[in-house]
Amino acid sequence: MSKKILMTGNEAIAEGAIQAGCRFYAGYPITPQNELPAYMAKRMPEVEGVFIQAESELGAINMVFGASAAGARAMTSSSSPGMSLKQEGISYIAGAELPAVIVNVMRGGPGLGNIWPAQSDYFQATRSGGHGDYHSIVLAPSCVQEAYELMFLAFDLADKYRTPAIILGDGMLGQMMEPIRLSAEHRTPNTEHRKKWTLTGCKGRSPNIVKSFYMVEGDLEKFNLTLQRKYKTIQQKEERFESLFLDDARIILVAYGSMARIAKSVVNNLRKKGKKVGLVRPITLWPFPQKAFTYNLSPKTYYLVIEMSYGQMLEDVKLTINGKAKVEFLGRAGGGIPTEEDIMNKIKRISV
Amino acid sequence: MEKVFSHPKSLRNVSTHYCAGCGHGIAHRLIAEIVDELGIRERVIGVAPVGCAVIAYDYWDFDCSEAAHGRALAVATGIKRVRPQNIVFTYQGDGDLAAIGTNETIHAANRGENVTVIFINNAVYGMTGGQMAPTTLLGQKTTTTPLGREIKLHGYPLKISEMLALLPAVKYIERVSLHSPPEIIKAKEAIKLAFQNQIDNIGFSLVEILSPCPTYWDMPPKKALDWIKEVMMKEFPIGRIK
Ligand SMILES: Cc1ncc(C[n+]2csc(CCOP(=O)(O)OP(=O)(O)O)c2C)c(N)n1
Ligand code: SF4
Ligand SMILES: [Mg+2]
Repeated sequence: MSKKILMTGNEAIAEGAIQAGCRFYAGYPITPQNELPAYMAKRMPEVEGVFIQAESELGAINMVFGASAAGARAMTSSSSPGMSLKQEGISYIAGAELPAVIVNVMRGGPGLGNIWPAQSDYFQATRSGGHGDYHSIVLAPSCVQEAYELMFLAFDLADKYRTPAIILGDGMLGQMMEPIRLSAEHRTPNTEHRKKWTLTGCKGRSPNIVKSFYMVEGDLEKFNLTLQRKYKTIQQKEERFESLFLDDARIILVAYGSMARIAKSVVNNLRKKGKKVGLVRPITLWPFPQKAFTYNLSPKTYYLVIEMSYGQMLEDVKLTINGKAKVEFLGRAGGGIPTEEDIMNKIKRISV
Repeated sequence: MEKVFSHPKSLRNVSTHYCAGCGHGIAHRLIAEIVDELGIRERVIGVAPVGCAVIAYDYWDFDCSEAAHGRALAVATGIKRVRPQNIVFTYQGDGDLAAIGTNETIHAANRGENVTVIFINNAVYGMTGGQMAPTTLLGQKTTTTPLGREIKLHGYPLKISEMLALLPAVKYIERVSLHSPPEIIKAKEAIKLAFQNQIDNIGFSLVEILSPCPTYWDMPPKKALDWIKEVMMKEFPIGRIK
């Protein structure tokens, strides 16, 4: 068994990426994710990868576009204001069907907001974010170990579906230090399938073109339908979530990322007191894990959505439950985080 | 008998969508001939702009990537860093390279990326219908400068090539013109050098090409060529800049 080492979430994400075969990183500094590029700057040369401090987030995401087109597992990272700038590039990456991994260590917004943890970019990540009918796969780690592990999945899914994958973390996860086990499975990432479409020079084959532009009438609609079919497959096959005590729970807490850790601790404490509470923790935010919401659907069941935002994932929960159970919400953002006490109080109010 | 002229292998045998008298087609052909002559067709990767040349990849017969408007040099940076053994070039208009993409341009140049840049200066935005470009001349009428470009309102024509020449990592910059056959031959020599520099690992090389847009200069093709020689070249003198 490999030994445990102490790492911040930001570093674990970077190391996970390297282990997953990422060999190109470009980014622009922004708090609270600065440890990530710093780690990459040190680590990439050791694995003969490329690290570039770009001139902006626009530069970074478009470098990732090029690196991915040229066949590398490529990623960038940022935090909320920088993510806004990356949306143009993410839309082009989706449109050109390129794999890429984009990490957002969320902070408070809107505008420059502040550097405290938040979950206010859920809409941006799970809806299109940029222009056009597209989706990124969105993964939400809730601890440092999981942040490391999900990097493998992010690169694999991005490659498999030729689509952007976003790791949606927050400042708490990014900054927090935890002992983690580097699985060091020595996985050699299977990048074989990439060879068919990547730009390598047209030796021995007809030229490859990477593009998202369809000028001839009807072509774009056809392409969009192909994308939609791909998204349907992803929705059918890639939902992931963790759950606790769903069988008999009457009040089910729904939270993701760092927020889910606090919710989980509340659930475990209340269970010890015999309260019928449960937890749903979505790991994929897109596709949203609809299967998690098929338990105890009755007007007597409460789903309590808890977010570091003013109700974004809440909309997906409501759409999924579609009136078949009660949905309540607790949220704070902009520096405040719902505490265990806040959650307990809310549960008390619901259960009377 | 020796064959002295043929259709370049790197240029597909299709008709282009360009207007009569447009310079883009000539520039495409020069690049295709050079790619053939340097024997790099199987190594070259082109990055097309957003502008009238957006579908340049439908005309060249080698690997190409699209780039979002202005981002060609960021995309080229990503490609070249991953595959230094390939020959990577961007093809960009004045709006693409010197307005929306100025930041990407300056920083790729300043990092000394070993890529080749073909910069088409036609003093307007062709694709979007003839608006002012950063390179629009003083007094030149466009749809967004209906009374002509004025210093007070719009500033001066931007000389991005001269600006880039100040950067120590930039190895070669030349401005050429397509207004006459002898100038086209010189343009080809400059473009060839810009590719050769990359092959020889010399570093960032850029060729600015003064290129006619008869449509949005509102002139017949012949007059557009004269206008380059008599008017445009006064503001943008041709020759080696660095
Ligand atoms: C982000 C973005 N903004 C604006 C446009 C619209 N647009 C397309 S091409 C172009 C300017 C093209 O001018 P230039 O780069 O000089 O190329 P030319 O057509 O003259 O060859 C503009 C503004 C776009 N496609 N994307
Ligand atoms: S608008 Fe101008 S640049 Fe565009 S194709 Fe026509 S002549 Fe060429
Ligand atoms: Mg132009």
